[in-house]
Amino acid sequence: MFSQLRPALFLFAILMLVTGIAYPFFMTGVAQAVFPVQANGSLIVTNGQVQGSRLIGQTFTNNRYFWPRISAAGAGYDAGASSGANLGPTSKKLLDRVAADAERIKAADGVSSLPPDAATASASGLDPDISPAYALQQVGRVAKARNLAEDRVKALVEAHINRPDLGVFGEPRVNVLALNIALDALSPG
Amino acid sequence: MTLAGWLQIILVFAIVIAAAWPLGLYMARLFGRTELLPAEGGLYRLAGIDPRREQSWMAYALAMLLFNFIGFVVLYLLQRLQFYLPLDPQGFSGTSEHLAFNTAWSFVANTNWQSYGGETTMSHFTQMAGLTVQNFLSAATGIALAVAVTRAFARTEAKTIGNFWVDMTRATLFVLLPLAVIVALGFMFLGVPQTLQGSVEATTLEGAKQVIALGPVASQEAIKQLGTNGGGFFNANSSHPFEGPNEWANYLSIFAMLVVSAAMPVMFGRMVGDMRQGRALLIVMMVMLIAGVAAIYWSEASGNPLLSQLGIDSPANYEGKEVRFGLAMSALFAAVTTGLSCGAVNAMHASLTPLGGLVPMFLMQLGEILPGGVGSGLYGMIVMALLSVFIAGLMVGRTPDYLGKKIEAKEMKLAVLAILVLPLVILGFTAISAMLPMALPSLANSGPHGLSEILYAFSSAAGNNGSAFAGLNANTPWFNTTLGIAMAMGRFAYVIPVMAIAGSLAAKKRIPHTQGSFPTHGPLFIGLLIGVILILGGLQYFPALALGPIVEHFAMLAGQSF
Repeated sequence: MFSQLRPALFLFAILMLVTGIAYPFFMTGVAQAVFPVQANGSLIVTNGQVQGSRLIGQTFTNNRYFWPRISAAGAGYDAGASSGANLGPTSKKLLDRVAADAERIKAADGVSSLPPDAATASASGLDPDISPAYALQQVGRVAKARNLAEDRVKALVEAHINRPDLGVFGEPRVNVLALNIALDALSPG
Repeated sequence: MTLAGWLQIILVFAIVIAAAWPLGLYMARLFGRTELLPAEGGLYRLAGIDPRREQSWMAYALAMLLFNFIGFVVLYLLQRLQFYLPLDPQGFSGTSEHLAFNTAWSFVANTNWQSYGGETTMSHFTQMAGLTVQNFLSAATGIALAVAVTRAFARTEAKTIGNFWVDMTRATLFVLLPLAVIVALGFMFLGVPQTLQGSVEATTLEGAKQVIALGPVASQEAIKQLGTNGGGFFNANSSHPFEGPNEWANYLSIFAMLVVSAAMPVMFGRMVGDMRQGRALLIVMMVMLIAGVAAIYWSEASGNPLLSQLGIDSPANYEGKEVRFGLAMSALFAAVTTGLSCGAVNAMHASLTPLGGLVPMFLMQLGEILPGGVGSGLYGMIVMALLSVFIAGLMVGRTPDYLGKKIEAKEMKLAVLAILVLPLVILGFTAISAMLPMALPSLANSGPHGLSEILYAFSSAAGNNGSAFAGLNANTPWFNTTLGIAMAMGRFAYVIPVMAIAGSLAAKKRIPHTQGSFPTHGPLFIGLLIGVILILGGLQYFPALALGPIVEHFAMLAGQSF
């Protein structure tokens, strides 16, 4: 057993240096040189100010904006504490929460039923996307709040639908932050 | 369920098999070669290892235990002392004794159960020098053990089954490391961050502050998937947009977690000199895994009637799922991550429909062999194959053999000893926790889902999976300690009898194949093996599953909530 101690300790130390220090530092160097945007979080920077990350959802409650999914991360879209709601399918807490959110959203958008992603919490609490159906449902509300023609807002949503590659790969979706930034460009103030 | 959904599922499987085949052949050559590779010689001299000196099964197992115990101690200390160590930009203090105990066993035993949220608990140094290191080493340990067990069948009248230090080094440096570099590059290209920065602060469009946690994610993500480890950089694991930014990163994640485990039976076939044997095991793994995918996909698409009653126009269950993954890729990920002992998640398993949540639980309870963790899946499947030929032998009254090695009372006793570890740990700890007043406040859900949370936790820990019904607050002294013990038992108490079998079989002659031998590569054997796995798992776990997800399913259909 003791004759094995030296191989065990030395091999552990060497492999630790290779996999725990050399490997991540090497990859960090490559990432910063070759993929600087992705490596630093795909940030959206306008006039020197970080507005968020293209990949990370944000809270939107104003009628002037498209709303994202329900978030269980911290107080909502806390990108320092990702989390799902983790409520089971027969949980009263889940049903009460979905019922309350569904009523609120239906009233705001003036509809009688919702797409399945609208009132349910995402897995990460940071889901940047919503389904095209949920985005289109919000067009009327957003257009009214901004005094824009519905057609113009609808066209903007259509332009922001990310369709599956080759019609197969991926889910059709709309990035809420990108859409809202485009919306602000369309009707500032 | 949609056609596009199934096309994606089939495509991922096809690419995995296409890549696993050459990878398996490469590994067979790598672990079979006697001459040293560049860099090996110097490394062995430095560590005082004689690469030509092979070990008996017991010496091999002891070396493995010693090496892993060092890993445990180092990881425990790194966590406790992280405040005094470099690269702690968020200023996290050391973790508690019981959390450090749990996490250290978790990452050493290739489980990667996480009682903590990564971005709120662990410093970058702990994530890199502690967790990433064990992601490599625990996976390499699994590969080494599987190679040793494979040699037991490939050799005749041998006293030794290889050199642990050499197998360990080769698995780390010549299998996992090159793959990790390639996969990490892919992840970075697709949007996964890789920086030493702690976080950035953004001002949202509505004027709020949003702190976005960052870190060296891609490098950890690559080996987390390749080594079937599953412990995410972030709390939300692969559902976090930085771990799984889009569908292509998601395919890469699934590919990476499957490819090495799928290559193991190919390696086995080549090393024992009969590719048909490896192919048969691979077919069993894939057929059962695809059945699991179909069951989850169907259940999630059928959805939750309690939610659709609230004015939602499709029954599809999107609670705990990400829009960019949708139902098909969430179902595929959930089945693969639990059929493997990976445990990464891209959807919250706690929020799956009752039957959609039953499947991952059952896949873990079947012993993590479909296709299981890297290495551990292969030796687990071999134990099942031994049991199958034994049962076939009983039916016709012959002494069974597998690959020409006679399977006798000694091997069967050891195999049953290994098989009994899981139910003992899973059902024992679940039963105690369900009755223990100090354990119950950890539950997030009441009713049958509460029991499912506990059952899932111990199934995951003992099976070295690491995924969770994450409502359970496991960061308590009771759960951290018992889950830590369950993870260590599920890994090390299981593998010792398996190594003893390997030692015993290596010493045996290979008897020639005759007319009377039971062929172990055809459809009959494949069917038998699937039957044995299902019946054994069903007998052990059906009563517990009936009280959890099955009751919940009927309650849901009856409109009852808890």
